[in-house]
Amino acid sequence: MQAVFLITDLFVFAILLFVTWYIWHVRSDRNLRANWRLAMKRPVAMVSSMVLSFFLVVALTDSIHYREALPASPGQAIQYSSEAISVLDKVLQPLATARERSYSEPLAAVAFRKETFEREGVSVRDYPRLRFGGKHLADPTKELAGDVSSKTWSAFGLGFVITAVTLLVGLVCASFTTGQSFSVVLTRFKLGQTEWPWRSMTITLAVMALSLSWVIVLSQGYHVFGTDRTGNSVLVFALKSVRTALVIGGLTTLVVLPLALLLGVTAGYLRGWVDEAIQYIYTLLASIPDVLLIAASVLLLQVFIDKNQGIFETSLERADARLFFLCLILGITSFTGLCRLVRGETLKLRELEYIQSARAFGVSTPRVLWRHIVPNLMHLVLINTVMQFSSFVLAEAVLSYVGVGVDPKTASFGVMINTARSELAATPLVWWSLTTAFGFMFLIVLSANMLADAVRDAFDPRTRLRSASSSNAHSKASTQEVTA
Amino acid sequence: MFRFLMRKLAYGFAILIGINLLTFVLFFKVNTPDDMARMQLGGKRVTPDAIEKWKAERGYDRPLFINEKEQGISQLTNTLFLDSSLRMFAFDFGRADSGRDIASEIVRRAGPSIALALPTFVVGLGISVVLALGLAFFRGSYLDFWGTVLCVVLMSISALFFIVIGQFMFSRVLQLMPVSGFAPGLDAWRFLVLPIAVGILARLGGEVRFNRTLFMEEIGKDYVRTARSKGLSEARVLLGHVLRNALIPILSASVAVIPLLFMGSLITESFFAIPGLGSYLIEAISGQDFAIVRAMVFIGSFLYIVGLILTDISYTLADPRIRLQ
Repeated sequence: MQAVFLITDLFVFAILLFVTWYIWHVRSDRNLRANWRLAMKRPVAMVSSMVLSFFLVVALTDSIHYREALPASPGQAIQYSSEAISVLDKVLQPLATARERSYSEPLAAVAFRKETFEREGVSVRDYPRLRFGGKHLADPTKELAGDVSSKTWSAFGLGFVITAVTLLVGLVCASFTTGQSFSVVLTRFKLGQTEWPWRSMTITLAVMALSLSWVIVLSQGYHVFGTDRTGNSVLVFALKSVRTALVIGGLTTLVVLPLALLLGVTAGYLRGWVDEAIQYIYTLLASIPDVLLIAASVLLLQVFIDKNQGIFETSLERADARLFFLCLILGITSFTGLCRLVRGETLKLRELEYIQSARAFGVSTPRVLWRHIVPNLMHLVLINTVMQFSSFVLAEAVLSYVGVGVDPKTASFGVMINTARSELAATPLVWWSLTTAFGFMFLIVLSANMLADAVRDAFDPRTRLRSASSSNAHSKASTQEVTA
Repeated sequence: MFRFLMRKLAYGFAILIGINLLTFVLFFKVNTPDDMARMQLGGKRVTPDAIEKWKAERGYDRPLFINEKEQGISQLTNTLFLDSSLRMFAFDFGRADSGRDIASEIVRRAGPSIALALPTFVVGLGISVVLALGLAFFRGSYLDFWGTVLCVVLMSISALFFIVIGQFMFSRVLQLMPVSGFAPGLDAWRFLVLPIAVGILARLGGEVRFNRTLFMEEIGKDYVRTARSKGLSEARVLLGHVLRNALIPILSASVAVIPLLFMGSLITESFFAIPGLGSYLIEAISGQDFAIVRAMVFIGSFLYIVGLILTDISYTLADPRIRLQ
């Protein structure tokens, strides 16, 4: 095996490191910790971050790339495959190699369209059997429903056992650490009277365990989400698209943050011609409609890549470079909003007394900025970051549709929707690709939006008081419901 | 007021010059006309003669910034940069690769774009204000809670979904209206109803939630409490006081958007095959016609700057507290 690091891989790990550092930082800072606790105690926030972390794991396993060693005769130097694959590719290999010839419905055992083929020496026109889907069945028309339902029940059983065991272990642990008897812990859990939203988390865990084990068990014999025109599994494509979506969301944020923070703070604090220059730059960038600037830059990028084919060893690297530049361009076009916000807030902060006195004591400008101004801007930055994440994910689909998004060979929801669009015109309808793409995207964006809401409520000083009082009222109301 | 306007106009002009420089550098310096020619003529097996011919047809064969063959002032004027920039400020964008004049094409296509964008914008704004006011009226109730949740759900659905499902349901299954296309004159409404509805729905969630926040902020203010203690009913407080004050930021924000409506909606237009500016741009992008893209960037920024100036003016008109500085 030979490890391969794509540009976006490196940045994915950089983001991971950054997040780890941030968590460590939050733990050591009392105010931050209190705010995060406030945010995460809301069931919605917990549930959505659980869903998001599932997608995060998928994206991470898809970010570890390597080249497999080819089978070699002894004495020969080890040769590596020319294609780099990721850990996720390896996991999904059985499904990815189980290709059909063309469309097949989810959980189907026969093809989607009739074909003429030989059966027992006679030429017939019928739905041919699939190569992979339901090949263990002798007679699909009779056995399919029974097989699917029996597999479904065993999958649900598995999911239920996993949830139950986790719950039991958790409850026992809780009873040990709190010193309360098991029955007290159980009652409090059932009534939802716990400090953290354990009940909601358990329900989420149950739903996730059930659906995951269903998909995994059924995938052993069928294409759970069907296959596309070229016969590839839709599930595999959707899972591969998760990484693209999260990279676009995360990496673009990573571009936006330093740009907006650095320029905004300098402009607001130094004033004068620096302020004028920075304002000019961001007004300039904001005045070009986003899509146009992105389209223009991506067109140019295309020319550049065509001209310098030699830089990239594999098509994967080329597609990856395009993804990276897309994030860069998206970031440059969308940092202006946050930059304006940061500048305005810095203008206000610099007039405050503690900053004035820090200056009077002769604290150097960079130190004032770093120690006194930036920490007081972080809530703005954080709120903006989490709110922008989902808009980037949505933007990717639109851009890919316009033709200025990711490389057409990269798996992404935009590419998926774009190729599946024509299928709606077909009769009978091919609905599963579109549904899967929209479904996955909706899950990711919705949970990101929900998390963003909770974070905003906890960190925005204007809404914090309101949400604290309303969550109190809510918990009171739920206690009343229980007692009644 | 006059001096204020003049200064704003001058700043806008400075921005436009910056835009022009930026696009020029992007389109001619980062990628030389040679690259464009090669891209247009296709592949690597292009003879240098063909490239020269392509460049000469478009006047791209001149030097970029300084023409050393000329004497005196025309060293600067007879260059690609100054010539194309001056033409751009005179709204002369030259010809597209198809041979048509870009400026007249843009004028022709602005009509359908505005026919789609203006109703979408006006009706959408009306609906979102009414719904947000409704949520604010029932604030704190289950209706408000689930309404806000619904907004977040709507926000999380890709606009592409609404288009695809809308076309599928209303045109294919119910066959109420044509799938796509456009007709000139009054007949256009049959083609426009669905795109307008889709456009409104796609933006509804975000707008309602945003307007609701504005209303809620306004409701917390002192004058509202005074109005209530005066004995006004809740409905009259909301309609007579809160709505009027909250409309100031809502309308001022809208003013900035109005000029950009000419640019049309990229996605909707191309999905519904409406021959507006949005689909013009998409065709230009897929056809890799750099002249059109550059012209559209210029027009888009021009309209944005017009919007900015209009916003400043409308703020000063709507809210006397904001002084002209």
